Amino acid sequence: MSENQLNAGPLEYRTHEGQMNITGFWIFLAAEIALFATLFATYAVLFGRTADAPSPGELFQPGIVLVMTFLLLTSSFTCGVAIHNMREGTVKGLITWLIITIVLGLAFLGFEIYEFVHYSHEGATMQSSSYWSAFYVLAGTHGVHVTLGIGWVILLLIQLKQRGLTAVTSNKVFIVSLYWHFLDVIWIFIFTSVYLIGMVV
Amino acid sequence: MQLDEFFVTGEPLIYGGMVAIALVTSAILFILTYFKKWGWLWREWLTTVDHKKIGIMYILSALAMLFRGGADALMMRTQLAFPNMQFLNAQHYDEIFTTHGTVMIIFMAMPFLIGLMNIIVPLQIGARDFAFPFVNALSFWSFFFGAMLFNISFVIGGAPDAGWTSYTPLAGAAMSPGPGQNFYLMGLQLSGIGTLATGINLMVTILKMRAPGMTLFKMPIFTWSTFITSFIIVFAFPILTVALALMTIDRIFGSQFFTLTGEGMPMMWANLFWMWGHPEVYIVILPAFGIFSEVIATFARKRLFGYNAMVWSIILIAGLSFLVWVHHFFTMGAGAFVNSVFSITTMLIAVPTGVKIFNWLATLYKSRIVLTVPMLWSLAFIPSFVIGGVTGVMLGMAATDYQYHNTYFLVSHFHYVLIPGTVFACFAGLVYWYPKMFGHKLNERIGKWSFWLFLIGFHVCFFPQYFLGLDGMARRIFTITPEWFTLNFISTMGAFMMGLAFAIFVYCIYYSYRYSEREISGDAWGYGRTLEWATPTPIPAYNFATVPQVNTHDAFLEMKEKGKTTFDEENLEPIHMPNNTGKPFIMMGILFFASFFLVFEWITLAVIGLIGGLVMMIIRSFDYDDGHHIEVDEIKRTERAARGL
Repeated sequence: MSENQLNAGPLEYRTHEGQMNITGFWIFLAAEIALFATLFATYAVLFGRTADAPSPGELFQPGIVLVMTFLLLTSSFTCGVAIHNMREGTVKGLITWLIITIVLGLAFLGFEIYEFVHYSHEGATMQSSSYWSAFYVLAGTHGVHVTLGIGWVILLLIQLKQRGLTAVTSNKVFIVSLYWHFLDVIWIFIFTSVYLIGMVV
Repeated sequence: MQLDEFFVTGEPLIYGGMVAIALVTSAILFILTYFKKWGWLWREWLTTVDHKKIGIMYILSALAMLFRGGADALMMRTQLAFPNMQFLNAQHYDEIFTTHGTVMIIFMAMPFLIGLMNIIVPLQIGARDFAFPFVNALSFWSFFFGAMLFNISFVIGGAPDAGWTSYTPLAGAAMSPGPGQNFYLMGLQLSGIGTLATGINLMVTILKMRAPGMTLFKMPIFTWSTFITSFIIVFAFPILTVALALMTIDRIFGSQFFTLTGEGMPMMWANLFWMWGHPEVYIVILPAFGIFSEVIATFARKRLFGYNAMVWSIILIAGLSFLVWVHHFFTMGAGAFVNSVFSITTMLIAVPTGVKIFNWLATLYKSRIVLTVPMLWSLAFIPSFVIGGVTGVMLGMAATDYQYHNTYFLVSHFHYVLIPGTVFACFAGLVYWYPKMFGHKLNERIGKWSFWLFLIGFHVCFFPQYFLGLDGMARRIFTITPEWFTLNFISTMGAFMMGLAFAIFVYCIYYSYRYSEREISGDAWGYGRTLEWATPTPIPAYNFATVPQVNTHDAFLEMKEKGKTTFDEENLEPIHMPNNTGKPFIMMGILFFASFFLVFEWITLAVIGLIGGLVMMIIRSFDYDDGHHIEVDEIKRTERAARGL
């Protein structure tokens, strides 16, 4: 560990363990892409199979989804600012921007829960047809990921408070930032292929 | 829920199973208590993060699962030995072919190979452990508890009975109510977590922890096959995860993915299942190819012929493995065009596989072969596997597949690839690397008995099944008619020969433990070519006192020529190693209970279990355990003792 530590380069890359964690996490993200790809494929196959439930075009509202997209894209930006602060060694800035990030994430989640409840009241539940099953599981899996991400960031905030910036904590924060950006990318696909297409078809 | 709904009742064979489980469990508990071995078990095994010990636990569990799956097989063959047998009823027969298939693929073949990878891959690349030793332990316990969850189903709640492929709508809630199918879903889901984690772990290990000088194209071929297998795992297992999750949500929470109501699409399950399932069969065959390549090169005492072609054919096979899934259901009616495309991709796989076969033959050509037991398994593999491969091409022709589909021709085909491919490789690999794991060889004489009996039994068992298939015997039927009697009876005889061969193999392990000569040299066979043989036996916890510089892909051969070892006394440094931890065991134990509750659809309890799992993850997140260092003096003592200096 300490004897292997490099003295140059970003802090999170300075130990061999740290480098391996990052590589491993990239591969994990590849697996996550396979996972979401399967869900997207399922959604595409079941598209239009709404049975007696309302069609997505009747329920989807552009306003709320745009707000959600805005919130999540902004949170990705603030997450980037947080990492920028980390690279500069400002723990305070890092913590502040991470908190802003998860607040935006929580707002996103709030809207998503509201949306799900609303659709269920309109008669589109996970049980009502295969299309809606696919919709809820795809969007819901993304939502669960966001929830876990928020929990994860909170754990790291506590650790940053306890330990400050070290090769280990910076490595962890960097990895959670990769995760957060990944969720943003997935959301862009959900926004376009689920909501935009669902609204016009 | 009544107690008689919880436990399976009314089957004498299952009562027998319960008694056996109770006896074996109490015997184990008694022995552990009597010999005061609880502390030893916890410290040395349950909390270990050492890749060698984890590998041994994988292999032991896989052997136990081989026994379970084999017992299922023998019961099926007994039922099919005579026309209109009454040994198993239709329901019990369905359960047994389901568990036989699932156990053999998921809980026997994969963990056996992963066990060998665990032990050998870090040694072959000159690493001191996996990239993530904690995750490695987590993977093992997820597999172990997943396997336990699946295996208790036959005494508690009822075994799944929709086949190992679990096609919907049969496997859906409407047609398979009750916990049986849930056991399948949760057992596979739980162990799937571990498989994915192992895939990632092995990839990082191989990418980041190779000895200096070992470029990718200087890696031993088994490491290469492991690396490519890990790729397949990373991209195929998430598909299974999703498929299982969707069916679980269908069954427990009433969604409509694979149902006949709500415009669900039952055929989508078959697609998702085989989009994982076909890569899965390559997950269990590519490492086997790697093992055969190592064994053949070692005992032909020659450099592996066509190393680069071998590597590229593994990569090609892995790529094609994702493009052939429809050939498992040509008869589902996707149409001539789709079937033709998948027919061609299927037959294309024969090309790189053929390249490998000829490379093995060319390695053997004009070599001085040493006929050890692992070499016998490898030599028997080549012609047996070719039979399986050629019949695979026959099945791959979509038009003719309408004749073979769902008959014993198919059953015979996939046993002809999985047994000579994977099972022979497991035996070959275990016998070959056994001295590295346990410090003594397996007895060659008993090993040869078990080999010949298994080989002959295998062909006697499965060769007749091709003809039964052509005679129209459908798979998964539970009684036979008199015109199929003769060939079925012969087949059953073969199955029992294989069972006997397995018993002899187990006896061989016991006999060798008692009587085999202990290994003094690290290079047990004397012909070792790759780095795993450079370590002393028993292998120290840190594997390599000094990591050698690698210049060729037969790195140890070069070291032997130059008189070098992995103990360069001048250049020793303290070695950093991870600490043991009980967290993986506890975490997966909690998730085992969570999954068990979900199987019975006790949602509150399942949620509590899931929260328990999350709490364990939080505890792990706050764990800054930095491991420990092994000091130079201690390394010197260990190495001197092991090397007899």
